[in-house]
Amino acid sequence: MLDHEFMRLAFGAGAVVGVLAPAVGFFLVQRRMSLIGDGIGHVAFAGVALGYLLGVAPVATALVASVAGAIAVEWLRTNRRTAGDQALALLFYTGIAAGVVIISSAGALNANLFSFLFGSILTVTRGGLLLVAVMGGAGLALIAVLYRALVAVALDEEGARVSGLPVGTLNVVVAGLAGVTIALSMRIVGILLIAALMVLPVTAAGRLARSVAWTFALAMAIGLGSVFVGLTISYYADLAPGGAIVLVAAGAYVAAAAGTRLASRA
Amino acid sequence: MPLAVELGGVTFGYDPRRPVLVGVDVEIPEGQFVAIAGPNGGGKTTLSRLIVGLDQPQAGTIRLFGGSVGAATRRGLVAYLPQRAQLGIEAPATVREVVSAGRVTRRRLLGPLTAEDRDAVTAAIARVGLAEQADEPITILSGGQQQRAFIAKAIVAQPRLLILDEPTTGVDADAQDALAALLARLHGDLRVTILYVSHEFGAVEHVAERLLLVRGGIAFDGSPAQLPERWHDPSHAHA
Repeated sequence: MLDHEFMRLAFGAGAVVGVLAPAVGFFLVQRRMSLIGDGIGHVAFAGVALGYLLGVAPVATALVASVAGAIAVEWLRTNRRTAGDQALALLFYTGIAAGVVIISSAGALNANLFSFLFGSILTVTRGGLLLVAVMGGAGLALIAVLYRALVAVALDEEGARVSGLPVGTLNVVVAGLAGVTIALSMRIVGILLIAALMVLPVTAAGRLARSVAWTFALAMAIGLGSVFVGLTISYYADLAPGGAIVLVAAGAYVAAAAGTRLASRA
Repeated sequence: MPLAVELGGVTFGYDPRRPVLVGVDVEIPEGQFVAIAGPNGGGKTTLSRLIVGLDQPQAGTIRLFGGSVGAATRRGLVAYLPQRAQLGIEAPATVREVVSAGRVTRRRLLGPLTAEDRDAVTAAIARVGLAEQADEPITILSGGQQQRAFIAKAIVAQPRLLILDEPTTGVDADAQDALAALLARLHGDLRVTILYVSHEFGAVEHVAERLLLVRGGIAFDGSPAQLPERWHDPSHAHA
């Protein structure tokens, strides 16, 4: 399998995405904002469509659109102009509607679009891998530096605010990272499924771990394992990688839940 | 004695047409242990949220340690234990992780804990009597133990003003007494200014140096021993 360059590139990009998505998703899940990834994914779709219309790289336009969308939701949420679920709904529907309108006007409603929606192991290029490695590495480094502060805000946002932490800035950083993660992950997992890779490994890890640090570390390990196993299944069974990766992550959650239930009965 | 808290003509209402607090004037010297009591809906929690800057008054001024509320919070002088304190997190957090979070300040925002931080966390956990539970998930502890963990988080950064809002909610009588004894020790050892906000101040009646009864304004301000008998159940305080 690894004799093929496209698989080596897919595994390289997948390794970064498999670690980054749960690392960012960890802070979204803790703040009970698990579904924001889906909302940003819809905006990323509009960004891809804009790329086709303007004739520029869809990944670049998706990156700009998803970061802007993520920060917009955070702004709406913190300024209480709109309730959290309504802000997400606004993002979901505006993003997908704008994407469909733009892409149909660009005449790009074709099979190539499916690779963005559901992922494709054939589409990762050397340039794409470099982009994922550099931006993903920068995202992980930022999380490492801010880890304690991000956990403090997740544990007790009001207490952190009273202690003088720049809570608004830290929340915008998490939103921006979510946008970057989704744009980087869409060639591997697909826009419609990337949110699952941000959430399922975290919820599975939460079932098994007994501390925040272990939950965080285990979530990244489950994410990485899901990507590697999912890509392997995708190669041998000729399946869309996004679905295979997310089903493996969902299997990890079911196994973790069943394991802890059995352990509590024993 | 320099002032920790100064409120001048503070008025606030979530609906500005129906203010919860009107024209509140209070001065609290540094190092004082103050119980803030009053009936439900009287404005106690609102007063505490105004003091820590979570809400802004519609009229009047609030100063902490001679400067603005924002300046005091940015300097890490204030710690706040909110009503029904609980983790806002889905993942299981240990006592040590919860207390460590209190060690993150604006000046120490980046990077890992230092050896000094780790020592301070261990000392704060020991001070509240949870050394044996330090690495246990906080969710398996009793309500009283969880409150003590949150108090350790509040004091670990060595604030000069500690505000506890209804800290005895959901805690049994023995744990309330233990909490009062703990706060008395902390007050004696650290000389931190403590504002203890509760509809029922009996647990700290012999610890607090001053009692404020809040009912839309300050209905009583004095020693707990001076409180008129008819007001001894503050949930039925009369103006």
